[in-house]
Parts: sequence; structure tokens; C-alpha cells
Amino acid sequence: MKTNGGAALIKALELEGVDVIFGLPGGAILPVYDPIIDSPIRHILVRHEQGAGHMAEGYAHATGRPGVAMVTSGPAATNIITPLADAYMDSVPMVVITGQVGTAGIGTDAFQEVDTVGITRSVTKHNELVTNAADIPRIVREAFHIATTGRPGPVLIDIPKDLVDPTNPNSALDWYWPDSVDLAGYNPRLDGDPALIEDAARLINASQRPVLYAGGGILKARAAESLLALAELLDIPVVTTLMARGAVPDDHPLCLGMPGMHGNYTAVTAMQESDLLIALGSRFDDRVTGKLDAFAEHAKIIHVDIDPAELGKVRRPDVGITGDCRLVIDELIKALKQLGAPENQPDRSSWKSTISGWQEKFPLSYVQSEPGDLLKPQFVLEQLRDNTPDDCIVASGVGQHQMWTAQYWKFQHPYTWINSGGLGTMGFAVPAAIGAKVGRPDRMVWAVDGDGCFQMTAQELVTAAAERIPVKIAILNNAYLGMVRQWQEMFYEERYSEVYLSPDLPDYKMWAEAMGCVGMRVESPEDVLPAIQRANEVDDRPVVIDFRTDASEKVFPMVPAGKSNSDIVVGPEGLR
Amino acid sequence: MSPATRHHILSVLVENKPGVLARVSGLFARRGFNIFSLAVAPTDDATRSRITIVVDVESAPLEQITKQLDKLINVLQIDELAPADAVERELMIVTVTVTPESKPELLSLTEEYSGAVLDEAGDRITVSLGGTPEALDAFTSQMGAAVVAYQRTGRIALPRITS
Repeated sequence: MKTNGGAALIKALELEGVDVIFGLPGGAILPVYDPIIDSPIRHILVRHEQGAGHMAEGYAHATGRPGVAMVTSGPAATNIITPLADAYMDSVPMVVITGQVGTAGIGTDAFQEVDTVGITRSVTKHNELVTNAADIPRIVREAFHIATTGRPGPVLIDIPKDLVDPTNPNSALDWYWPDSVDLAGYNPRLDGDPALIEDAARLINASQRPVLYAGGGILKARAAESLLALAELLDIPVVTTLMARGAVPDDHPLCLGMPGMHGNYTAVTAMQESDLLIALGSRFDDRVTGKLDAFAEHAKIIHVDIDPAELGKVRRPDVGITGDCRLVIDELIKALKQLGAPENQPDRSSWKSTISGWQEKFPLSYVQSEPGDLLKPQFVLEQLRDNTPDDCIVASGVGQHQMWTAQYWKFQHPYTWINSGGLGTMGFAVPAAIGAKVGRPDRMVWAVDGDGCFQMTAQELVTAAAERIPVKIAILNNAYLGMVRQWQEMFYEERYSEVYLSPDLPDYKMWAEAMGCVGMRVESPEDVLPAIQRANEVDDRPVVIDFRTDASEKVFPMVPAGKSNSDIVVGPEGLR
Repeated sequence: MSPATRHHILSVLVENKPGVLARVSGLFARRGFNIFSLAVAPTDDATRSRITIVVDVESAPLEQITKQLDKLINVLQIDELAPADAVERELMIVTVTVTPESKPELLSLTEEYSGAVLDEAGDRITVSLGGTPEALDAFTSQMGAAVVAYQRTGRIALPRITS
């Protein structure tokens, strides 16, 4: 069948099962937007290309399916670099299609030309500049395969305009659809080496103080059930990193919650005092380890990751297993049982009682505000947590509000927590929440945002209002770039430099209303619950609540940057 | 570490496509790995190229370098060649100043190194020499101040044939 590159691209996306594209048209991608009119694929017209990228990420986080974004060349391509970098850091499956100037114009500094594949090379798992229209079906097929297999990540396809423009002979091709993908240089290993799995089982059997260190890879591998089975078989506690919150239910007795710079005392200290860390789909990020050479000094390491380059990148494992977390954990469970688990496990009752002692002695805490004072952000989060469904999806931006949400929310299901972990992208929450709601319209979706973050991407609420995507945004408005303010307070002698934003410039309620949302402002504790209840009832448009919160409130516990995790500061009084 | 132990040779088979060299060199830059020398050319199979990279393993563990390289989709195979297990050669062209007295010495040295005279005018001669990197080092140091300019290709290598 004779076709053209633009029609072939849309047909290829349909065959890949794409049901929604987040995008914004422009000159170079224009010909591809014509066949979209006749395609069953839903297109969501964003207001800024960064929004398209984060929406695709939110969609992917919530559904496990690759998010798809399509934008034009030049400034549109540069605007979507942040989401690409974000998705690369957090291993989010995403396919981004960018328009490019016509083949003959490449290299001539043509209008809206940038070297998109050059610029995005270090922030994509792979990228490809299409040079021949006949390659389009194959390249699309390969892009989805690369984005979704092995360690997931973003893949970018850059397509020159002449190859998709039906009026240009360069766009002509005979339609085909490859049966399979043949990439000689790409063969991710999925099953773990049985000998190494047995070594791991023996290390576990010899451990007195083991901790399961679950990272985002658990969720990417759809391994939450397997992880829980392993934890329960051996009765071993689990920490869930920022990227793995929800991988084990927070109310499960074995779940210790979040480790790291703002992790809770028990999760941080259990890792520090452990004699065996079983790292599953986690990468010893600096925000988890603190000062590296003082991190879990007496722990042996089992490290399972689908990306072999993670094994030994930061901390040398005693047993390093390349493979898919779900498959490796299932095999590990078999190996452990063969060796006699759970009956053969050493008596770890003193380790368990040490841990529960920490939990009792060092719970998360804050002091409720006095009447007439600003709201405590933790109080707002507790109210939100307790008055939304268990399977509510929560997205956040980056900063204090993100850490408080990760700490105070009780995640009971995998894929209910969406945030920007590795890159730390302010402005992530609003578009990510919109993408999540598009992917999971059956779920309630809240974004918890900061006032600084909200101002970076709020325009996408216009998209949400226009498309009737009823997300709900809770702004913890403390009128500051709160996390920076916290560091200036603690480490720069309270010399506040360029962190004040004002609580009412802009007026968030009016801004929300101007964007077609329901806008509310809440200033006192008794108004928090009614506002949340009112927001929960709105299902035809987005809702924004401006919660006026106390800027002096800081995120604790905290391991100061560069310090050992053993130097964790539990609260403002500086007590260990 | 001595230069010999700091420098490891990676023989990297890649798809012969636009941008592949940029992917490899970009990866080294991005991860902070140091390249000592790099040579690239198509192989007997026109769809593939071989990149011979001499890496400085003081900048990063060799294992991490090869694992990151292996993640590039266009990288097909990576062989680490320990200097003892590889045959290696490098090509150099060098322009030197000669006097009537020193010219015969240069010509005999060039012959000794199996080189050839490429160009000659006035008091300058350009010769080409192939050899191990160490031999080329020895030649340039022997020529000393007479060297006007030289260009080296960086080393290329293949594994030793084992019987």
C-alpha cells in the first residue's frame, strides 16, 4: 500500500496501542497533525511543550504504558528537554516525536532548526533522526521497544518535514509493519544468573540484620507482589525509596517507609545499622546514602538491577545480579525455600525489636499551629490523606511539599505516587497529575504542589479545563521557595536570598478561576476539611486550593548535605 | 600507576551510522571518562565500524566505562584488550629539520623503523613511520629538537591470535 510518512507515523502509533498523544503543533510537524484528525488517537493540546512531556510521564507512571508526546522543531524541541531528562533519570517509558526542518534545510540554520538529536543525546535512552520516510514504521516500532523494555526510558524520534509531507515526493513509502524488532546491540538480560541468586540466598541466610532496600525499579518491573512475598517469607523489613513509595503498603508491619535525606529515623537508621542491604531496583542515590563512605558501613550488599551499569557504579556489591526484579525475586524465593526458608532463618527478634524501638521513639512529628496562625503543611496533608480514597493518585512537584507528602501520605497501592525524583523538576506536579488522570480516569488524582512550583507550569490547568480533566491541586502556599529557604535558615545563618514569593501575588484563587478551574483559599484549620470535601465532589473541571501555610515549618528528619546518615537530625530541636 | 597500566584498550564494534561516534565520545564526556586516544574506521563489513579507544582507567573503573558503553544501542560488541594480549600499531607522520650531516642519520633511522620519506624541501623532510606507540615515542625523543611537527593516528589494535 502506498502511503506517506505522516500517515505512516500515525498508523504506526495506532498499532503500538497509543490511545493519547500530548502535544502542540507547529511548522515542521504540521503535516503529521492532518492525519490525526481521522485517527482514533486522542490528542491533548497543551499550552507549553514542557507540559506535554510531563503529562506523558504522568500517564506512564500511572498506567505502566509508554507516554507519547509530539511537538514541533526548534524551541518546541528545547522546551521538552526537561521532561526527557526527567524521564531518563527516573526510568520512565516515553516516546517523544519532534518535527525537524526539511532534509535539505538541516545544517543551514533554517527557521526553527536545532540539532535535536545532538541536544537530547545525553538525556534519552536512545534517539534517532529519520533520514528516509521508509524507515518510519521500523523506527517507531524500535522506539517503543527500547522505551518499554530493559531499564525503561525516553526515546526521541526527530522527523524532517519533507518526510511526512504528502505533497513532497520524499514522503512516499510502501506501508509495512515489522513483525519483530531486530536490534543487534540491544539485548537486556532479564533472568538472573542462578548461581548468583543462590549466593544471594546464602548471604540472606547468614544475615542477622537484613533490610530490603526497594527502589523505583520494583515498580517498573511490576514486582510489588513479588517483593511483598519475599519480605513476608523471611520476615524482613523493607524501606521504600522516594521512587518506590507504595511498592509495599505503608500500613504493612514490615514497611519502614522512606529512607534518605528526609527519610524517617527508623528507615535511615535501619539501613545504617544493617549487616545486609538487599537492594532491589535501587541505585544508591546520593540522597539515599548521604556521605557515601559512611553509609551502611557494616552491610554486605546484594544488588539486583536490570541495568548492569548500576551494579558497582556507586557501591560495590558482594553479590550483583543483572536482571528483571520480578523474575529475580521470584527465583530468589525459590532458592531460599530450597535452602529451607523460612524455618532456616536465624533468630532476628532482637533486630526486629531494635527497629520497633526506633519507630516508637522517633515517629514523624510536628506541632499543630495556634489559633489564628498559618496552617501547618503536615496538617493539611494528613487531612487530605485521610479524606481521599486509598487508591487516590498523588502527584507532587519538588521541594518541601514533596518531602512532606512522601512522608505523611499512607501509600497503600503501587502506582499511586508520582513525582520527580532524580532530576528534581519543579513544576512537575500539575502536568504529571493531568497525564495520570488521562491514563486513569477512574481514579481520583490530586497534585500536592508548592507555590513556587505551581507558577512554573500552572498554564496546563487551561489544558485540563478545556479537556475536562478534573484534577485537583493543593498548593501548600508558604510564600517562599521553601526548601531553599530551609537551607538558608539552617546553613546560611538565616540570610534569606531571593526566596520570598509573596502569598497573594499572584492571587491563586482568581488565577485558578481565570483558567476555568474552581478556586478556593483556606487559611484556618477548620476550613481545611470542608474545602477538600468540596473539591472531591467536583468532577467536571480542575480544582485549585490555595492553602496558606507556615513558612517557618521545616522538613524533618534531615541528614544535612555531605553528612553521614548517622548524623540525622530528627527535629527542629536538633535532637538525635 | 604508570601510563601503561592506566591505559586500557577498548575495541568497540559499532553500527556504521551517522552520529555513532558522537554518541560514544559524548558518553565519555558526560560520564567524566578520559580518552587517551581514539581511532575509527569501517571494518570489512561496511555496515560496521571499529572504534579503538585507549581509555584512562584512573578517571573511572574500566568496568563502569564498558558497561555504560554497552548501553548505547548502536554499540554491538566491546572487547577489552590487555596490552599483553593485543597487537597494536600506530601511524605517525613527522616533519624534521635536517642538516647535510644529520640527514643520512635520519634516513637510516627511518629505514630502521620501516618508514618512508613522504616529502622533502629545503632543510625539512617529512617521513611516515608505523610501529608500536612506544617505538614512535622512542623515535620522536631520538629526533629531539629537530622535530618541527608531527601527527599521530592514535593506536589501533586487534587481539593476539591464540592457537
